[in-house]
Amino acid sequence: MKTIVGLKQVPARDSLLRTDASGRWIDESDLAFEVNEPDAYALEAALQLKEKHGGEVVVLTVGPPRAAQSIREALAKGADRAIHIEEENLGRWDTLGIARLMARALETEKPDLILTGLQSDDLGYGQTGVVLAELLGLPHATIIMQVEKLDGAIRVKRELEEGWFESIEIPLPALVTVQSGIAKLRYATLMGIKKAKTKEIRRVPAAELVAAPAAAVEISRVYIPQKAKQTEILTGNAKEAAARLVERLKFGARVL
Amino acid sequence: MSILVILEQRAGVWNRMSFETLAAAAEMGRQLGQPVLAAVAGERAAVLAAEAAAYKIDTVFAVEHPLLARYTADAYTTALEQLIRRVNPELVLLPHTYRVRDFAPKLATRFGRVLVSDAIAHRIEDGRPVLVRQLFQGKLNADVRFASAPPNFASIQAGAYRADSLAPGAAAVESFAPDLAAGRIRTQPGEPFRESQRGVDLAAASIIVSVGRGIKEKDNIAVVEQLAQALGAELAASRPICDNGWLPMERQVGSSGQTVAPKLYLAVGISGAIQHLVGMKGSKTIVAINKDENAPIFEVADYGIVGDLFEVVPALVEEIRKAKG
Repeated sequence: MKTIVGLKQVPARDSLLRTDASGRWIDESDLAFEVNEPDAYALEAALQLKEKHGGEVVVLTVGPPRAAQSIREALAKGADRAIHIEEENLGRWDTLGIARLMARALETEKPDLILTGLQSDDLGYGQTGVVLAELLGLPHATIIMQVEKLDGAIRVKRELEEGWFESIEIPLPALVTVQSGIAKLRYATLMGIKKAKTKEIRRVPAAELVAAPAAAVEISRVYIPQKAKQTEILTGNAKEAAARLVERLKFGARVL
Repeated sequence: MSILVILEQRAGVWNRMSFETLAAAAEMGRQLGQPVLAAVAGERAAVLAAEAAAYKIDTVFAVEHPLLARYTADAYTTALEQLIRRVNPELVLLPHTYRVRDFAPKLATRFGRVLVSDAIAHRIEDGRPVLVRQLFQGKLNADVRFASAPPNFASIQAGAYRADSLAPGAAAVESFAPDLAAGRIRTQPGEPFRESQRGVDLAAASIIVSVGRGIKEKDNIAVVEQLAQALGAELAASRPICDNGWLPMERQVGSSGQTVAPKLYLAVGISGAIQHLVGMKGSKTIVAINKDENAPIFEVADYGIVGDLFEVVPALVEEIRKAKG
């Protein structure tokens, strides 16, 4: 079974974010980047399917050259090879544009299964996978907690709201967006890191795949949200702050 | 032109977010001078359409077909695509539910558009709606504009608009029969199920101590357990903690876990991604302890301590024990 894993590189989770000079995106200059966490779970699910059923796991990333670091991490964990669609300025592309790039890059791949994380931790649109499925004419399912391979199909466990689930059978080829927590994430081994250096990363400039399309939606401004609630920040060292909080809870909120 | 709202139901029961989305549409409709239309698909669509007609809407479409009885992305997308081509609205608004997340991006793609998902507010600029949505798990907001001709698509976050602001009315109800073929529905869903009976009913707790990523490792859970004990509280967690197996899934608060509204909710090392906030923002008093002063959890907190939880929590346990004598 050939599985493609859509993997995005995003700013590290605890980054301090500032807007850039244009006011339309963040200043990326001093940031550290990491693999988008839901995509890490998609990779894990793909690796586990490969261990059980054989085949190949191919990472597909759209991003600037720095994203190669995240691709190498995925290769070190056990992905077989990667396709890196290089684009310096991701902001020029909306979700549909990104999905079109991915669809073009996959034309010659003929995968059985495509896995992506259910959303990115930066933009959080939660739809690149679904749009890609539609462009490729594939059936899909979203927010998946389990993937089981059947003969020519998969059975997936889809999360619904408030603790409900449903089981869905989907013929292959198909696309599935993976929920965080589908399996325990592995670490790369030393051997894996060594092997990754010899694995193929095919680099394709975005402009070679699709002439930049007119975006259907665009971000006009990025800013720090205004507080909805007046929060009283309790200051002092840990002991002082704790004492102030207990006083508020006892006499103000009357919950102690 | 008009604003078309896709209402959601499951097994003949409304998803209440449908009416919050209708409220968003009513406000935009007033501002833009455009009529609001609504549609409901699937089981009991005609009955539900008649119920929705009691609000100030121009027309409610009952989208009826046997193949819509059970949700599939293929059938819903095609049925709604046909309705939208017939109605030709300026804007299609949907509630940002798990189901909408499954089919709406596909639907927008059929029109060469991008769904502006999970919007929390809007403004009108130059006679066109600008939607506000969250980036980076709520750390930043973005204004998003449609750069394409209609129809455009957006989904509305739970709790962003108030359903009780809806004005009564008497809408026309119209039946819409989409052209669907069983052979073109590729997925086969089973009956929805629950994993197991819940052992813990967090909703019944009056005090909840909830722990997030900031706790760093499983062995540190004991730190917040002591706090829960001192307060006589139930222990809960944000999703990543349960994903890692550090606490059982049944203790998860948030959109995929339980929704709670205790007298006191203490969020320890929880950044406050929207998926968590929707499960607890109704709590009476919210306390947040986090090392990042910009964490979105402080947006909803009444009291906050910016600091290292491994120093603050033990100090707090001591102060609580003192206060309780």
